[in-house]
Amino acid sequence: MERRDFIKLGGVGASALMLPISGIAVSAEQLLDRPMDVAQKKKLANIALNAAKAKGATYADARIGRYLNQFVTTREARVSNIVNTESAGIGVRVIANGTWGFASTSNMTPDSIAKTAEQAVAVAIANSKFQTAPVNLAPVKGVGDVSWQTPIKKNAIEIPIKEKVDLLLSVNDAAMKNGANFINSSLFLVNEQKYFASTDGSYIDQDVHRLWAPFTATGIGESGFKQRNGLGNPVGMGFEYLDGKEEDKVRISGANIGYNHSYDIIEDAAEAGKQLKAKLKAKSVEPGKYDLVLDPAHLMLTIHESVGHPLELDRVLGYEANFAGTSFATLDKWKSKKFQYGSDIVNLFADKTQPNSLGYVAYDDEGVKTKEWDLVKDGILVNYQATRDQVHMIDQKESHGCSYSQSWRDVQFQRMSNVSLRPNKEDLSADDVIKDVEKGIYIVGRGSFSIDQQRYNFQFGGQLFYEIKDGKIVDQIEDVAYQSNTQQFWNSCVQMAGKSDYRVGGTFFDGKGQPSQVSAVSHGCPTTRFNNINVINTARNV
Amino acid sequence: MTILSEKNAKELLTKVLAFSKADECECNLDGQVGGNIRYARNTVSTAGEESDVTLAVQSTFGTRTGVATINEFDDASLEKVVRRSEELAKLAPENKEHMPIFGKQKYLNSKTYFDSTAKVTPEDRANAANSSIQPSKKNKLVAAGFLEEVTSFSAIMNNKGLFAYNTSTNVDFSVTIRTEDGRGSGWASRNYSDYKLLDTATASDVAIQKSKGSVGAKELEPGKYTVILEPAASVGLLGNMMRAFDQRSADEGRSFLSNKGAKDGESKNKLGQKMFDERVNIYSDPQHPIAPATPFGGDGYPRGRVDWIKAGVIANMPNSPFWAKKTGVDYQPRGGNIIMEGGNESLEDMIKNTRRGVLVTRLWYIRPLDPQTLLYTGLTRDGTFYIENGKIKYPVKNFRFNESPIVMLNNIEALGKPERINGSMIPPMKIRDFTFSSLSDAV
Repeated sequence: MERRDFIKLGGVGASALMLPISGIAVSAEQLLDRPMDVAQKKKLANIALNAAKAKGATYADARIGRYLNQFVTTREARVSNIVNTESAGIGVRVIANGTWGFASTSNMTPDSIAKTAEQAVAVAIANSKFQTAPVNLAPVKGVGDVSWQTPIKKNAIEIPIKEKVDLLLSVNDAAMKNGANFINSSLFLVNEQKYFASTDGSYIDQDVHRLWAPFTATGIGESGFKQRNGLGNPVGMGFEYLDGKEEDKVRISGANIGYNHSYDIIEDAAEAGKQLKAKLKAKSVEPGKYDLVLDPAHLMLTIHESVGHPLELDRVLGYEANFAGTSFATLDKWKSKKFQYGSDIVNLFADKTQPNSLGYVAYDDEGVKTKEWDLVKDGILVNYQATRDQVHMIDQKESHGCSYSQSWRDVQFQRMSNVSLRPNKEDLSADDVIKDVEKGIYIVGRGSFSIDQQRYNFQFGGQLFYEIKDGKIVDQIEDVAYQSNTQQFWNSCVQMAGKSDYRVGGTFFDGKGQPSQVSAVSHGCPTTRFNNINVINTARNV
Repeated sequence: MTILSEKNAKELLTKVLAFSKADECECNLDGQVGGNIRYARNTVSTAGEESDVTLAVQSTFGTRTGVATINEFDDASLEKVVRRSEELAKLAPENKEHMPIFGKQKYLNSKTYFDSTAKVTPEDRANAANSSIQPSKKNKLVAAGFLEEVTSFSAIMNNKGLFAYNTSTNVDFSVTIRTEDGRGSGWASRNYSDYKLLDTATASDVAIQKSKGSVGAKELEPGKYTVILEPAASVGLLGNMMRAFDQRSADEGRSFLSNKGAKDGESKNKLGQKMFDERVNIYSDPQHPIAPATPFGGDGYPRGRVDWIKAGVIANMPNSPFWAKKTGVDYQPRGGNIIMEGGNESLEDMIKNTRRGVLVTRLWYIRPLDPQTLLYTGLTRDGTFYIENGKIKYPVKNFRFNESPIVMLNNIEALGKPERINGSMIPPMKIRDFTFSSLSDAV
């Protein structure tokens, strides 16, 4: 889906008053203030719930949000931008006359909150004239007052700006010294402080943290230029992700270094510089059929696009038909209990409880306790991802906890949970997976990605491509993309590494909905082999 | 308070600047009010109303700059945001590329605001959605659509005498109408500044015809085809190409506009070179009567009409004030719209004049493959038809394409009458040898 490029947005120079994330900028120390305690939030939320009920709402929820972001962007030896943003306000969602209504405001006075709730009811009533399918909510038992926080070790926002600037400039220096001609690097920190209250009797206070440290290095040669992006991932962690511990590194013979629960970004930047030099000299791929070995930092995106999206129930039902699209994984295929989504070693599961993942929370944005469940079991399609108002359409009584809104300002709706591929029970390494491949390509990192609106036909590139000959990595090659069909692709899955190789990648910018909203989501997987996949050459003369 | 008048915005920003102790201080005040409705499965799904105002203050001491923003407007908050930006400026490193802010400027008038859009109610939106849903139901089809209108204002003031103010409105409507069995899908969209122009029933008729007409699509072999790209099909590729127009990256050797292998003394970019068919003329103009844009950018610098491609030749490239000074050229900010000239032929005429070709309603999931050649991939969607001897013969299965707008704009057969889409003006285009690389089962 439409993803925003943080680097482009962030690298606008100090003179541009352009904030990449909706929010208001504040000083770093100000971000640490907690201006509103939970009791106050509960009081304001109750004003919204009561005002909505008084106007005839049969259900209401209120989300009081304070969204803090910090971003530092650099290029080469210069800092381009340092911005702190804050956005606070309340969003009220109601059901009146069996119809959804929503309104939001940044004005948090009791009067304004009551009026906003009434506005939401007015929207619902205006629309109910043309409502033909009243909202049917799966029951949720109120949980009373609860709280939860992402289990971070170092609050990234508390780390001094100087330390962050020094880190990024060291990253740039490492890449430039090793062969890059240009580099942009950035640090993005997100803290969602969100309070949810509903007429079901839940008052849920959650403090969610995420971090991402991307870079793009560029090398220029006689024949043109090449780029190499960082291989780190956005994570649901604190600054400890950037500790780069040895035990979190996975070294693949003759190729790259993979990163698991922590990321050595300076080492990766140095590797990027060297690999750029190799990319500029690398031979162009010969198109044809290859066995592909996909590293987790690459495969996560293939899972996202070819499994995560088609198994979102709102897409299957047609609610996204006008934008993100529908799905090939239709209800009849699910009902048959025989639809072979992948080969019988393919087990894909959804969860919002995986440590360090971007989707990790205790409750979703409509107060549903999060959990883990199977989507594809032994290759067969067994379930979808759904919210409270959808599960009755697949004869289930319990929401999967997939509701999310990007801010207080926007209405919550069904979003992808973390969707991951289970590792091999046998604890094989990435090298073990590579060693049996006669003619193949090992693909590392996420590159160009594109998939149709029903998630059949896709084409993916990567950051690094290594030719495999007779079980050994030979050389870097270039201009690689593979084209396949989702069902065919997952049925060609023949082997995967085990749990020691399992790594969690993710994206900050899964886009969906109208008005469009972004959501952060992770995908875990081991290094995995797919046989006989069509590879094209993307080089072209113009 | 959300949409401030020019007088009120000026008063507020004057008050803000009075708190400043910095060498340079510049304030941006932006507010918007919007409403939307969404429908699917022939019934309304979600709808809402949102509003927000943000004041951003940029303070500079020497070459060190800080930015802070706030959305409270009492005197204490206004002083606080100024102090905060000054504190950030003092913490920021020296910026070798810092350029001074601009002094007083003159701006063109552009009619970007329409009262009709500012006055839309929840009932108006519900009725507009219903006018799309009812004909769909009558035809036993399934509609999913979205309507959103936004009213916004933007004001800029600095301590060097610059003041700019503008209000604007925007309406976006799109609808996808599918057959009940999912074998056909049609789409239409509308984009205006003036809500009065919106007719959701007429737009939905187009989607209905395409939906019915796309049932039973046949397979064409992937390969090179003459295509007629409707404006919605080419706007994504053209938008990507125009975003890649940038003098600095061209000069640095990392752009399709780089002059590869330029020797000392030679231009490092392709300014002045002919890269496209001579019928290609692309410019920006804030005063365009159908697709107007705010007459200034975020830094308060005026926008005027500027040619980017003239008769196929690279005429200008956007740059930053720093890069302009460094390379000894004028500062050229990005435009607020993309206006591509075309001809007078309607889409129907273009189809009539085509012996063999493929009509493409829109392209989806466009992603770059190679920034050097601007090669992109993506897929056709919601109405792809085979044309033979001037007539639409039958629907065809969707294709994945791998193509570059550079190639496309060299392979022009004909250009039709431009239409407004996404705030820009794009003509339907007949292009030869457009590369489709594989088939998709998606409908």
